[in-house]
Amino acid sequence: MKVEMKVNGTARTGDVEPRVLLVDFLRSNLRLTGTHIGCDTSSCGACTVLLDGEPVKSCTMLAVQADGRSITTVEGLATAAGLSPMQDGFHQEHGLQCGFCTPGMMLVGTALLEHNPDPTDDEIRWAISGNICRCTGYMNIVKAIQHAARARQTAAAAPRETAAAAAGGE
Amino acid sequence: MATQVHMHGRIGEPIKRKEDGRFIRGKGNYLDDIELPGMLHMAILRSPYAHARIKSVDTAAASAMPGVIAVVTGELMAQHKLAWMPTLSYDTQAVLATDKVRFQGQEVAAVVAETLYQAEDARDAIVVDYDGLPVVTSPQQAKEAGAALIRDDKEGQKDNHIYHWEAGNQETTQAAFARADKVIRLQTFYPRCHPAPLETCGCIADVNGATGKATIYMTSQAPHAIRTVFALVTGLPEQNIRVISPDIGGGFGNKVPVYPGYVVATAASLLIGRPVKWVEDRTENLISTGYARDFHMTGDLALDKDGKMLALRVHLDSDNGAFFADAQPTKFKAGLFHIVTGSYDIPTAHVTADGYYTNKAPGGVAYRCSFRVTEASYLIERLVTNAAIELGIDQAEFRKQNFIKAEQFPYESATGWVYDSGDYHKAMDVALEQLDYDAMRKDVEARRKKGEVTGIGIASFTEVVGAGHGADFDILGLRMFDSAELRVHPTGKALLRMGTKSQGQGHETTFAQIVTEELGIPAADVAVEEGDTDTAPYGLGTYASRSTPVAGAATAMVARKLRDKGRKIAAHLLEAAEEDLEWENGRFFVKGSPDRAKTIQEIAFAAYTNVPEGMEAGLEGVHYYDPPNMTFPFGTYAVVVDVDKGTGQVKVRRVVAVDDCGVRINPMIVEGQIHGGLAEGYGIAFMELITFDAEGNCIGSNFTDYLLPTAVETPRFELGQTVTPSPHHPLGAKGVGESPTVGSPAAYVNAVIDALSPYGVTNIDMPVTSDKVWAALRAAGVTE
Repeated sequence: MKVEMKVNGTARTGDVEPRVLLVDFLRSNLRLTGTHIGCDTSSCGACTVLLDGEPVKSCTMLAVQADGRSITTVEGLATAAGLSPMQDGFHQEHGLQCGFCTPGMMLVGTALLEHNPDPTDDEIRWAISGNICRCTGYMNIVKAIQHAARARQTAAAAPRETAAAAAGGE
Repeated sequence: MATQVHMHGRIGEPIKRKEDGRFIRGKGNYLDDIELPGMLHMAILRSPYAHARIKSVDTAAASAMPGVIAVVTGELMAQHKLAWMPTLSYDTQAVLATDKVRFQGQEVAAVVAETLYQAEDARDAIVVDYDGLPVVTSPQQAKEAGAALIRDDKEGQKDNHIYHWEAGNQETTQAAFARADKVIRLQTFYPRCHPAPLETCGCIADVNGATGKATIYMTSQAPHAIRTVFALVTGLPEQNIRVISPDIGGGFGNKVPVYPGYVVATAASLLIGRPVKWVEDRTENLISTGYARDFHMTGDLALDKDGKMLALRVHLDSDNGAFFADAQPTKFKAGLFHIVTGSYDIPTAHVTADGYYTNKAPGGVAYRCSFRVTEASYLIERLVTNAAIELGIDQAEFRKQNFIKAEQFPYESATGWVYDSGDYHKAMDVALEQLDYDAMRKDVEARRKKGEVTGIGIASFTEVVGAGHGADFDILGLRMFDSAELRVHPTGKALLRMGTKSQGQGHETTFAQIVTEELGIPAADVAVEEGDTDTAPYGLGTYASRSTPVAGAATAMVARKLRDKGRKIAAHLLEAAEEDLEWENGRFFVKGSPDRAKTIQEIAFAAYTNVPEGMEAGLEGVHYYDPPNMTFPFGTYAVVVDVDKGTGQVKVRRVVAVDDCGVRINPMIVEGQIHGGLAEGYGIAFMELITFDAEGNCIGSNFTDYLLPTAVETPRFELGQTVTPSPHHPLGAKGVGESPTVGSPAAYVNAVIDALSPYGVTNIDMPVTSDKVWAALRAAGVTE
């Protein structure tokens, strides 16, 4: 079947069997390997992508179900200006160790801040509760998302300054 | 020339990780991200039965399916003498079953096809006819008279017993028990759990038919050891085997062993002449690869009337599954379990262990611990808390009474370990202060008066990590040293290659910082490479918290070698005598004239452009470090829990963790490791369980049954530290990644036992789930 979707802002097409999972389409057909497979049962969230801005587990969705939709993967987080606040937050707060859960965590965090720009510790923990991390004990993931929330608020207050800072980031 | 020393990333600085950039951009390079031209995909057919004879394997339908290139059976592997392979514990393990299957999930056949979907379709079309056999799922069943013989393939094997092992002194221990005023017994089962790294295991085997070179990409924590094992198993010459461990998505011990899938994929690539990829799905990972624990333990602690520990006697039955494939040093059949006297000055001890075959998955690994230290630490710490409760002594006080004292180090334990250093009283005091223990204890009493069920648990663990030294510690004869090769380029930038392999521990940053400390080259200028056996020096890999104790030491030593050469070059450049030069932070200067100096970068350039006459050019070296002893990190953890009497639910209110891992190289990374281990310890204590029904069906075969802690359940952690440097490590470091998993399960469970102690409860086996707590309270007559 022919599928057509917008992935990280670019129109992408493919010809897939109806049974092909979205995660396999992204990883194999589009070679966007930042989206990971951790469990096959929607439990771990390593395969999380944003579908029209909302987090979904791409191991539990068919590629054909994403036809006509807009997908954001981890590869779509950074911009020409540099890392997104979420990516920078994970680096600054040591929010990752092996890095395998990190794309899913960052995408969930990104979607959370769209709805709730200043989440509490508990709100962050519930938001990422569909994503498992085996390395960090979550302490620094929570801090990373809070870091991003602060950076976004600062950016909203002074857009020009922060864009320049982001461009010069690591 | 005036010299500006640029420094960034010395030991003790919490610099941000150098490896983060690729991971936060989704550009990590994990095994499954690699795609080679012409690559095929492999799917493995596994046994649905725990114990059954194979009557026939019919592959005709599967072979005819679209995209299928080959169907590999045990018979085919047997033709190439590859149906069986040696294990890391000097046993054998079936690669693909030929005679019978011995656990649910055992490898029976494999399909190689153009796509993974095609391989899986064809796998499902293979028809196997089985004849069921009686099933053994515990050591207790395994030793019953008339129990089914699991290893009938082994000549002379008449029962299911694998090994008997002892440590300590039976005679003196018996004598001490005879004069004891009190003996405290704890029988407890440390159940089977699984490291469950988020990335499963897998490989891509790429055997080049023209050159004979086998390049095997593999999720391996120990690529060099794997290369040697592969040479032994397959008969391929070792120079023609290249193992590459790419980025690894967590290991925790699960990625140490050699799995049948690796051997089948390599054989398939050899036969077909194309690269073959095999990646487990989650169920395959949980039901067939390296599990942890499964120890049935009985401990007796002998005490005098004042509560002084006199002796410890321990017996354990270990459940090793269908093949004895534990990953552990050759000499020690139950790993390093005989560290079981822990942090206490116990004059004599006797430890006995027996291992048994069962119809369960093989491959006992240390899930984030140093070869069974976790089980040992759990037993002694549970026993000590139980003893304190029974004696009516405060658990903290009782520990302090019996700790090995700071002045007793180096301390030889009753089972023969020589603890390098420690200050257990200090770690305890820091933890108690951080928790505000006295106030918390009063609060517990007040809450109990109101009818609440609440308690405090303490664990004061001693770890034993950093294997070797090589004379005592080896795997299949390979001595457990480790290595570092350092090349400083003419522009003063460096490349450090190691025999270890990070799985998230941050080696690219930590080891760069050691070079920064020793040579003054900024960490940003030091590239760290691991995992490619064609380029890295030989090493035994990363597990048992051995990277910093062993490879970190190797890094310091090789850097010091280069610094010694640098001194000669600097003397030549400065026209000064070597002994007149002083070293500080990346430069040599002439004593008394700090402005007459050469930086390491200038020295590096001269090493390639202007060396003293007779000196070899270049600034590079390699060091193989065989440690003189293990290191012994320690700490005290304290946990406060509240139990809901109505539901049995346990809520962890506070976790204070005071760790002493010696000198901390990157404190940020160290704390991250501790957070992670405390979370995994929480999972083990309260959630994670691999169990089996009477037919040997694995319960816990996916993440809806094998429960891992999410951010919601995971407690918040409060960390503290003391620093007692290792006297024999060149940097004073001890290793830390596993301490929290070793120490915390006992602290969590002790808190529950303390909470339930007013009701007479002395043991609940892990995982401490709500239903078990509820039942214990009901058994004690609690009805509300």
